[in-house]
Amino acid sequence: MAEVSVRKVVKEYDGGVQAVKGIDLEIADHEFVVLVGPSGCGKSTTLRMIAGLEEITGGEIWIGGDVVNDVPPRDRDIAMVFQNYALYPHMSVFDNMAFGLKLRKFPKDEIKRRVDEAARILDIGMLLERKPRALSGGQRQRVAMGRAIVRNPKVFLFDEPLSNLDAKLRVQMRTEIKKVHQTVKTTTVYVTHDQIEAMTLADRVVVMNHGIIEQVGTPQELYHNPTSRFVAGFIGSPAMNFLPCRIEEAGGGGLLVRVGSALSIPIPAARTARYAPFKNKEMVFGIRPEHLVERREVGKAGFEPVELLVDVVEPMGMETMVHFFVDGAPVCARIDPATHAAPEEMLALTADMNQMHIMEKDSGKVV
Amino acid sequence: MSATTHGTNSLHRQRMWALWGSYAALAVFVIIFLVPPFYTIITSLKSSAEISAQDGSPWMVKHPSLENFWYLITYSNFQTYYLNSVMITAVTVVVSMVISVLAAFSLSRMGFWGSGVLSTGVFLTYLVPPSLLFIPLFQIVGSLGLINSVWCLILLYPTLAVPFCTWIMIGYFSSIPKELDEAALIDGANYLQILTKIFIPVAMPGIIAATIFAFTVAWGAFLYPLAYLYTSNQMVLTVGIISDLIRGDVFQWGKIMAACLLASLPPIVIYAFLMDYYVAGLTAGATKG
Repeated sequence: MAEVSVRKVVKEYDGGVQAVKGIDLEIADHEFVVLVGPSGCGKSTTLRMIAGLEEITGGEIWIGGDVVNDVPPRDRDIAMVFQNYALYPHMSVFDNMAFGLKLRKFPKDEIKRRVDEAARILDIGMLLERKPRALSGGQRQRVAMGRAIVRNPKVFLFDEPLSNLDAKLRVQMRTEIKKVHQTVKTTTVYVTHDQIEAMTLADRVVVMNHGIIEQVGTPQELYHNPTSRFVAGFIGSPAMNFLPCRIEEAGGGGLLVRVGSALSIPIPAARTARYAPFKNKEMVFGIRPEHLVERREVGKAGFEPVELLVDVVEPMGMETMVHFFVDGAPVCARIDPATHAAPEEMLALTADMNQMHIMEKDSGKVV
Repeated sequence: MSATTHGTNSLHRQRMWALWGSYAALAVFVIIFLVPPFYTIITSLKSSAEISAQDGSPWMVKHPSLENFWYLITYSNFQTYYLNSVMITAVTVVVSMVISVLAAFSLSRMGFWGSGVLSTGVFLTYLVPPSLLFIPLFQIVGSLGLINSVWCLILLYPTLAVPFCTWIMIGYFSSIPKELDEAALIDGANYLQILTKIFIPVAMPGIIAATIFAFTVAWGAFLYPLAYLYTSNQMVLTVGIISDLIRGDVFQWGKIMAACLLASLPPIVIYAFLMDYYVAGLTAGATKG
């Protein structure tokens, strides 16, 4: 078990392309940190630098209190689970899991004890004699996790381990990974592009974009208090609605958000002081689909009536997505499946303005 | 309905034609390739008198006899040629495979500066025909004092086998997912352990293919032994058979054919043995697929 520290780490490839642009990240002992972001954001490169599979161009990586910049992967005491499992095809499940221990010259009975224990945790005891080709995708991924667990390393590294599984199995394995972490409590760095995976697994989520860290926080912090338009749009599904707007005076000292000529919604009094400096400026108004609901609870502070023309209705069973256009920009509302919303008809909604976000138009910074 | 039936019939007819075509092509192929060995076997079982007799069919044997085989087995020169061929081939295969596997691993996996150009260069050397090389090589071998020595062939055959074997192995090693070496590196393996414990077992079909190639090069080579060897005690099978069993214009066909059959035994046995291990898809299950 150990803490991991990434300090001003840069990765530059031949030709001057910077995949990681000087990031800082402190990961506490026992913590489960998820690096999330779109393809090419530098999350896998960061993980591979922690593993020692990529050389670091600049900065320092610390594991368990030691700088490991020049330490080869085998001496970093880490274990990694790969996206495509990377099981040794000619070895049985037992030998796959025991390989690292054999190389480290563990006694035979200790190897057997550890493999059996990991197999018990992962429920793969009956597969130990099989070859990887005789396993399903989920079983292979379990074996890959078993290979990591038996080593009892300081840090677990997961590189998109669930990407190759089907949707149902992914949900199941997600729970298993969480359960394994609760059991073994090893410091874990997990890379994914799936924000739901990030939110459900992580103690803290690190959102990366274009080689930098956009925001680090607990899943709740990222969801409720994103610091940038990128994070606001990346976390949450469906994504947050963004509408170009102006903050204007509403009379009586209040403010309102005006979206073109189509829409103006009062800003809750509690936020007036916060948004006052941005009065009459071009900003971006953000509100999540789940904070636009069919009209009810009007009258509570911050719950404002809005009426919009329905474009498309998407029933999903437990909820219904209704799509609109406001001043040319698409807007989605996540509403009760019992809705009477129909295309080309007006729908009365309530916007929970207590959950609104205002962003600077150019920098995307949430104010 | 009728259109569907018509379509099915047409497909069925096309398949029939394709099958008949395939069988006809296979029959021609089998005849072309199996008639010579058949004729070799028939002739090897005949006495010299029966071979030169004008009556009867040359495709039949009236009085089968093993006298040609017995002559060769007890003929000391033939034994020497056989042993020399076996020794040269075994050393060539081992040396070529050790060099090829190490070269292919470093060229395909260690990614050092110039490794790409070097990989292509290795293959290009294979494209130079031996007939162009044997005169300059004669000078090299001569300066080393190895003319008329089995050691000159042991030195030269790997130069023929290594480039192509390396090329085959580069292809196989490149098809092994990069994550396998990375997983092994993290598990604690060094490069040599990755090679011996992961790459060699996983790339066994490639190693067998390359081994068969190296074996064929060394066992069947004719030009180099003809050019560099001239005494019976250093001679190998390919040249020894014709130099001993063709005396002027007298061809001892029965013995030549028997010698050919005996010389073909090791390749046949080795091919049959190795083919059992030549299982495609050994990497199945390593990664998603």
